[in-house]
Amino acid sequence: MTDARTSPPGILPRRDVVSALLEGRENLLVVTGLGSPSYDVHAACDRDDNYYLWGAMGGAALVGLGLAQARPDKTVLVLTGDGEQLMAFGSLATIAVAAPKNLNVVVIDNQHFGETGMQASHTGHGVDLAEVARVCGFAETSTIRSMDDVIALRGAFARPASGPRLVVIKVAADNPPRSLPSRDAVYIKNRFRAHLGYGAG
Amino acid sequence: MHSVHSKPIEADASRDVGDDWPTALYDVLKAANVRSMSYVPDAGHSTLIKLFGADPEVVSNVLTTEEEGVAIAAGAWLGGTRSVLLMQSSGVGNCINMLSLPVMGRFPLLMIVTMRGEWAEFNPWQVPMGRATQAALEAVGIRVMRAETGKDVVETVEAAAALAYEADQQIAVLIGQRLLGRKKW
Repeated sequence: MTDARTSPPGILPRRDVVSALLEGRENLLVVTGLGSPSYDVHAACDRDDNYYLWGAMGGAALVGLGLAQARPDKTVLVLTGDGEQLMAFGSLATIAVAAPKNLNVVVIDNQHFGETGMQASHTGHGVDLAEVARVCGFAETSTIRSMDDVIALRGAFARPASGPRLVVIKVAADNPPRSLPSRDAVYIKNRFRAHLGYGAG
Repeated sequence: MHSVHSKPIEADASRDVGDDWPTALYDVLKAANVRSMSYVPDAGHSTLIKLFGADPEVVSNVLTTEEEGVAIAAGAWLGGTRSVLLMQSSGVGNCINMLSLPVMGRFPLLMIVTMRGEWAEFNPWQVPMGRATQAALEAVGIRVMRAETGKDVVETVEAAAALAYEADQQIAVLIGQRLLGRKKW
């Protein structure tokens, strides 16, 4: 009998996953959760249409929601970690009720709090974020463990959705060398807004 | 960019702002080009929530906890949209760490907070956070403005909206419970 309260660890290298997801991206606005997802996206490509969070834990998916509602003409991708998304458990209800059709939340799930010494998180103990999102009312949810599925997911971003998507990607619990985006949140904000044609402020 | 050029509230003779401040507040926020509203309900905000909810120009989000609205407002601004966040004073405590986002990113933020625990309060559990509301906001870097009468609320929010959206400030307007207490709940 398998233990329902565990989830097998992922084996995919997180940097490869994030690079594959972002390869050839078009019309995609990216928001990253604090810690490794910010480093992963920065390592893949530092671009004007990235907004990196360095704190505000639990805020990434909701920054994505606000952005998706403001710009329904764009596709928004939130890349965050399991710990960051666990802190925003309620946000899954808020996003499901808001029901944006252009918001994709991707949880890079290593089942650990990687920034603070690799303590085990809830997702390794059977808390299934994709299932939580599904019962909240997300339109599309899944948990994926293979690079083929990661590449297929990249194609899904370009496809219209009937509501928000949440995809958990199980990755290996390792810490690749840090690739640090600017910690100047004003600069990153103004760069992002200028990309969309808005003035500084 | 849009500027705040609403007509003076006093110009509308058919309305007594002292009694109907929530409707006047709605007009001020619409004139300030607010197009996104997030809330955890409070009885004192019920009219405003209803008016925004019925407005097809404004996206309304009901929140499970108040800090969600801080993050939504930042995301909306990245996408060129002005937001307002409604809550009662107990919710301010939930927001504290998330406020590092607008403070560090110098994102416009307008919170309208109805006070509990400070005037004819019947629930003692509202008192500690009511006492801490202004100090906690100021400690994390939010500018606090208080309003005690209907006319005062409308003028203060109009000024706060300009400070937030034009001067990139992070503002909480606290509406005194003395004003709210006069309403029939």
